[in-house]
Amino acid sequence: MPTTLRNEAAIAGIGQTKYSKNSGVSELSLATEAVRAAILDAGLQPSDVDGLVTFTMDSSDEVEVARNVGIGEMTMFSQINYGGGAAVGLVHQAVMAVATGSAKNVVVYRALNGRSGQRMGQGVSGQIITSDLIHWSWYMPFGLLTPASWIALQAQLYMHQYGATSEHLAHVAITQRAHAQNNPNAAMCGRPMTMDDYMASRLICEPLRLFDCCQEDDGGCALLITSPERAKDGPHPPAIIRGVTQASFTGQEQMTSFYRPDLASLPEMELAAKIVYEQAGLGPDDIDATCFYDAFTPEVLMQLEAFGFCGRGEAKDFVTEDSLSVNGRLPNNTHGGLLSEAYIHGVNNIAEGARLIRGSSPNQPAKVDHVLVTSGVGVPTGALILGKP
Amino acid sequence: MNEEQKKAFEAELRAYVGKAIGPPVVARDPVNLPMIRQWCDAMGETHPAYSDEGAGETLHGQVVAPPTMLQAWIMEGWAMHEGYDEPRDEQHRLHKLLTEAGYTGVLGTNTEEHYDRYLKLGDVVTAVTTIDEISEEKATGAGIGYFVTTRTVFEDQEGESLGWMSFRVLKFKPPAGQQAAASGDEAAISTAPTRMKPPAGHDNAWWWQKIADEDVLPIQRCADCQKLRHPPRPMCDACGSQRFDSVAASGRGTVHTFTVIHYPQVPGYDYPLVSIIVDLEEGERMVSTLVDCKPEDCRIGLPVAVVIHEDEDGFKIPFFRPAG
Repeated sequence: MPTTLRNEAAIAGIGQTKYSKNSGVSELSLATEAVRAAILDAGLQPSDVDGLVTFTMDSSDEVEVARNVGIGEMTMFSQINYGGGAAVGLVHQAVMAVATGSAKNVVVYRALNGRSGQRMGQGVSGQIITSDLIHWSWYMPFGLLTPASWIALQAQLYMHQYGATSEHLAHVAITQRAHAQNNPNAAMCGRPMTMDDYMASRLICEPLRLFDCCQEDDGGCALLITSPERAKDGPHPPAIIRGVTQASFTGQEQMTSFYRPDLASLPEMELAAKIVYEQAGLGPDDIDATCFYDAFTPEVLMQLEAFGFCGRGEAKDFVTEDSLSVNGRLPNNTHGGLLSEAYIHGVNNIAEGARLIRGSSPNQPAKVDHVLVTSGVGVPTGALILGKP
Repeated sequence: MNEEQKKAFEAELRAYVGKAIGPPVVARDPVNLPMIRQWCDAMGETHPAYSDEGAGETLHGQVVAPPTMLQAWIMEGWAMHEGYDEPRDEQHRLHKLLTEAGYTGVLGTNTEEHYDRYLKLGDVVTAVTTIDEISEEKATGAGIGYFVTTRTVFEDQEGESLGWMSFRVLKFKPPAGQQAAASGDEAAISTAPTRMKPPAGHDNAWWWQKIADEDVLPIQRCADCQKLRHPPRPMCDACGSQRFDSVAASGRGTVHTFTVIHYPQVPGYDYPLVSIIVDLEEGERMVSTLVDCKPEDCRIGLPVAVVIHEDEDGFKIPFFRPAG
């Protein structure tokens, strides 16, 4: 039995649907398409798959997907909570299963009609009183109804405390928009953005402007995770998982951890950083590219600090359009990210991490040995590091 | 309204009784066959007296109009719908007076008609409507309000009476929460603009109830180790006790951080909405709304004081305003 998850599993297959504003098909249809594509991309057949993992927020249950895709016997299936915070958690589940022999080939997936179907931030209501419903009730009556409003409260304080400005946030958005121009599956492909465009975008929840916020999209994305040995036989170079963890911190709430001493930091991300660096035996200097969860631009600044790429409050000096671009110190979200590729709840950011290791990113930097990928910010979350075989 | 204001208001209402709502209304068209035919088609009326094919055989010997069409001859069409905001006649003015006093709802209750003779092709109808009666204030199933009765008298081109009609409406105060529906504004009905209410569970209902009953801002306190905690939850994370009471906060605090919400604009809230996290004097933090302050004047560190706000439907919620 392994004592660490280091190098115990690899991403061997990537599957995705077209990302759009109106898929015209069911979420289950998107899920099955992405899952099947991931299996075939790994050079496997549906009957080889014995584990499935998705989000609790996903509407396509594991057995529904299995029946459609032709997956038969399964020995492991689970769902991870907390919205975008789940993305890395899916991989964590799969790696634990593969490392312990609970399953051999696990597909993790997320598929949603995020624009044409149920949109985010429409408020929470319901008849059954759960702890989650009570949690939201401390915010909904006051009109704090959307992810943008919750993150804006933290961003305001962060910017006030460290002197970050809209221009600093703009660098994140503009760089990722530029990346999307080379990614035909990005929603923002063909729509480049200048600083003037960014500054002209309307205020959503101050200090957040429209272009500080990610999009809403329809689409599905899936990853096949297996052992490094089996992955070697596949058609693509595997992305070895050097380290992976979930992370929740003292006083954690879902999006509203407003009661901790320092709201201008991300302690759950600092916890994730500590664990994945330790597992991988690596540090920030070893990371060549990142796929930081980017539902909102300030999250990227705060993660740069949490993962040690710069000191506390120094992200504003670290980020320029150059530093985060293909030839910069830390190419970030080279596919466009949630901001400019699509909002597939962060699973598409993990897929890009695997492409960067394969060498097949639409914006492939010269040297990529290690990629850091994170999931949701402001929620119980996680991080992983991918490396070459 | 106090008693004196009420008296003055009712006197103003009474002054309308007996008034004609405006000059006589003359039919836009004389009584004619096409309108009769269409009305009969719409109603499913097939009596030969109203048709040019069979009327000759009836006792009238010619086409006559159905008596119940009487009001139809003087209807103004779509224009009737307008004028309640900028009154064009005394009836509109009366309705506006009631609306502005809070009797925003309107409900047609009953009508009575009397006919003196059949109308023949070519007759020209003229109508005069007066405000006939305004009731005492009544408590009804729909809400508290006044019944207003108008009486319309119809005459022909010779000044001979054709009949009359009385029409009664209830102008009422809709119960809280039904304002939009009762206003008759369809857009308002579909959006039902009220604040999202917290569900009432074991772990939170007491907090909202205390605000409603005592007009205080409660902070939950562990009944064993006395540690304060907000938002309320069932167990003390310091000592594990599930026994709690609460203290009334001083209501003083400072803005820890804030956001000004512009989008999306959800019915039931005022925008731009200034949302704040407050550091309470007692050491706990809470999320709330800043009121009585321009968005551009909100800042981190702003001293604030609690104000228990009451929505129109009676829901109470603690807001803050700049202190001092």
